[in-house]
Amino acid sequence: MTQSGSVPTDAADLQISIEELVASVTSRRKEEFVVKILVSLKRVADPDNANKVKIPASGDKIDTTGLEWKPNPFDEYALEAALRLTENGQQPKVRVGEVVVVTFGPKETERELRSALATGADRAIRVDATDDQLDGDLVARALKSIVEQEKPDVVLMGKQAVDGDSNQSGQLLAEYLDWPQATFAATIEEEAGALVVGREVDGGVAKLRVKLPAVVTVDLRIVAGQSVYSTKTARTFKYNDGVRFAALPAIMAAKKKPLVEMKLAELAPDVKLKVTYGSFQAPPARKAGIKVKDVAELVDRLANEAKVL
Amino acid sequence: MSSILVVAEIADGKVKKTTHSAITFANLAKQTLGGSFTILVIGAGAQGAASELTGFGAEKILVADDASLKDYVAERYAPTVASAAKGFAVVVTTASSYGKDLMPRVAARLGAGYAGDIIGVIADGSALKYRRPMFAGNAFGIAKVETAVHAVSVRQSAFAPAEPTGGASPIESIAVTAPGGAAARVEFLGVEAEKNTRPDLGEARVVVSGGRALKEKFQEVLAPLADTLGAAVGASRAACDAGYAPSDLQVGQTGRIVAPQLYVAIGISGAIQHLAGMKSSKVIVAINKDAEAPIFQVADYGLVADLFVAVPELITKLKAAKA
Repeated sequence: MTQSGSVPTDAADLQISIEELVASVTSRRKEEFVVKILVSLKRVADPDNANKVKIPASGDKIDTTGLEWKPNPFDEYALEAALRLTENGQQPKVRVGEVVVVTFGPKETERELRSALATGADRAIRVDATDDQLDGDLVARALKSIVEQEKPDVVLMGKQAVDGDSNQSGQLLAEYLDWPQATFAATIEEEAGALVVGREVDGGVAKLRVKLPAVVTVDLRIVAGQSVYSTKTARTFKYNDGVRFAALPAIMAAKKKPLVEMKLAELAPDVKLKVTYGSFQAPPARKAGIKVKDVAELVDRLANEAKVL
Repeated sequence: MSSILVVAEIADGKVKKTTHSAITFANLAKQTLGGSFTILVIGAGAQGAASELTGFGAEKILVADDASLKDYVAERYAPTVASAAKGFAVVVTTASSYGKDLMPRVAARLGAGYAGDIIGVIADGSALKYRRPMFAGNAFGIAKVETAVHAVSVRQSAFAPAEPTGGASPIESIAVTAPGGAAARVEFLGVEAEKNTRPDLGEARVVVSGGRALKEKFQEVLAPLADTLGAAVGASRAACDAGYAPSDLQVGQTGRIVAPQLYVAIGISGAIQHLAGMKSSKVIVAINKDAEAPIFQVADYGLVADLFVAVPELITKLKAAKA
């Protein structure tokens, strides 16, 4: 007999039940599950200098001259969460998935895309557009086209951009795709083919399990040390709080990573906006207050002048 | 004839206070749009909760009460809300975490433009425009919704809760609309509630907030002051990032937005993103040892002092003033 034992020679060897077969395939899928994530990234006026936002006397626009640009902080958190979901955490770090970043902006927003590539994203897409051509709905409809081309398992987005503070593109995209959504994520744990997401809700954290593909929008706490775990990352592993920074060699290498341009009108043929802003107002200034000399005067004024005690 | 559909928010079979702000919006909006408003109460236990809303002047109350709506998920609620909204000019809810999660999904189903977290209503002829804070509250944009139906969420702190006006709106049950495929792929696992005996930040009359200057003594210093004032406790982002306070206490553009009668900022410098979350408060008090701190530019009453000395003294004097 020269046959190896792996070749069945006896009918008994063939008796593997359907259940066993399914279990074996499922467990192999679990091991091999590789997640592909699309992250949307918006360039915004530096939120730390938002007091430099000026409204001209005509009130018909926001004057952005002199503002510095930065990636929307919530989108940076989404990118960090995507990177954590596509690696094993430990050293040496092993990447086990793909992260594609997409932005809607003019040519110069490729700077923000290159820095996303430098921190670990694999590919980038820039949809050529200016902010006044866009609203949250058009962004969602164009993203839907990109999702249909790229077929990611997860779309990760910031819960809102800190310029328009609109908080809608993620939810709109989920509905347009008929995908589940998990908004305002504070924690994400990957399971095979699903994510368990802890959502920031008024008065606590609500947990959802969403089967992939799904849309997840992230909140602040997502970048805490023990917020995001891929199936490959030990639950005892603790990240540094916050987002990672690119090392110099990675910045050089990012210049060679693929970055493609797409046309807005090809992604979303109907470019009509659903919400427009024809005028802006400066918020009313608070009247100057007073300094009190001591605690006694403070309590007296609160009780007798402001009458709020 | 109703022109506005108010989507109520319920929890444990009771109407949440957030709903009353959306009713206030409806009362303002109907002055421009004409007609009346209808309220939709959706969720398991909606039938019972609906009776709480019959005295607010709605033309009628629609109820969608079904076992499939036991736990809120947008994928199950949005189809029924969107079906109920057909024929209305405006569908509105309050911009709580519920409203912000749900309403864009409803808007997508209706093909409606969505103006979220609005702070004011502006009549433009017979149409409505909406005032929205943008850039961390450093600009107000006037949003024009270009679609026939408008989807709106209102900032709770900008619309005073509606009071009952009497009357008895009739209650009418509606069928649940079958959800899309997404609903089968989402599973609600539960809520880990904050263990908090103090008032909710969004609804408190008084908020006491602490900054990074409190260091590890955040709770030790602030808790007695909050208890004395019956206040909710808030925190600056810096205090949360440093780990001195839990993140769900954060007040600011990226946290909760509050507008209490009295806001007491302790050891908070006053970063723009924090001011965005509290500068609509009626009276602002700031205690900080840095006389140049930006918080003093928005404070009605500023006290330049060491907070570790001033706060205990403040507690003593407040107690004496109340006695």
